[in-house]
Amino acid sequence: MLSVRDISCRQAVALVSDYLEGGLSRRERRRLEKHLANCGACSAYLDQMRTTIALSGSVKTSDLSAEALDDLVDVYWHFIEDSQ
Amino acid sequence: MSDSDLLTKFIAGDRSAFRELFEEHNDAVLQVARYYAGERYEDVAQETWLAVCKGAHRFEGRSSFKTWLLHICANRARSLGYRESKYLSVDLQDPVAADRFDEGGAWRAPPVPFSDLLADNEERSSVLRVVHAAISELRDPTRAVVTLRDVEGLDTREVAEVLQLSEANVRVLLHRGRAYVREAVEKWRGGES
Repeated sequence: MLSVRDISCRQAVALVSDYLEGGLSRRERRRLEKHLANCGACSAYLDQMRTTIALSGSVKTSDLSAEALDDLVDVYWHFIEDSQ
Repeated sequence: MSDSDLLTKFIAGDRSAFRELFEEHNDAVLQVARYYAGERYEDVAQETWLAVCKGAHRFEGRSSFKTWLLHICANRARSLGYRESKYLSVDLQDPVAADRFDEGGAWRAPPVPFSDLLADNEERSSVLRVVHAAISELRDPTRAVVTLRDVEGLDTREVAEVLQLSEANVRVLLHRGRAYVREAVEKWRGGES
């Protein structure tokens, strides 16, 4: 049975991204942290979000080959040389 | 070597320093250009790098090189007549499907931590492909926000400034985009085991 001040798991997961961004009010943060301290499932969800963000930081979105990269850099470099 | 060291070398005429800066930051430029100009993003990206080639000596170091570069990109896009994404809607969606919870809002089946995915090299390359694909499937402005914040590492305020959004909207879009990527990893994990 939840007390009036407790939040459910469903409410907790809705706060997790903002929590990681430091975007919660002090009251919201305290309520979420209290829930996380007593809920292994939501702590696992927090771990999933942290890992997802860490993995995103290792993604390279470029599909440029080294050759294509050199070609593009050549274009800009010629522009620099021509404008001097 | 830091960006500002590379920039100093580039201004002094070092082509390899320019190549390194271009290689490091062109993805972020393309994301911002795509956010503003859609299919015409290559024009905006090109204008951005040409502006950097002409004006690199004007960088004063008051922000990071990347933030300065992305502001140039946003300004070039706007001066070419492009505006931020027209189809911005920031409704807050449930990050996890409602049927994962019971009537009281508790998990029916608890999620399983992902942190072991950071350690295993073989599994890691597979999951990075899943994460990349999921981010690519997002639509702007969510894709731009997730890419600039989580892939490129700008902070929330910088993302908001470059994309001309409020910080509150950036957080809502992050919430939505991260939930989509997390779910893709969870589905992949369920399928592989």
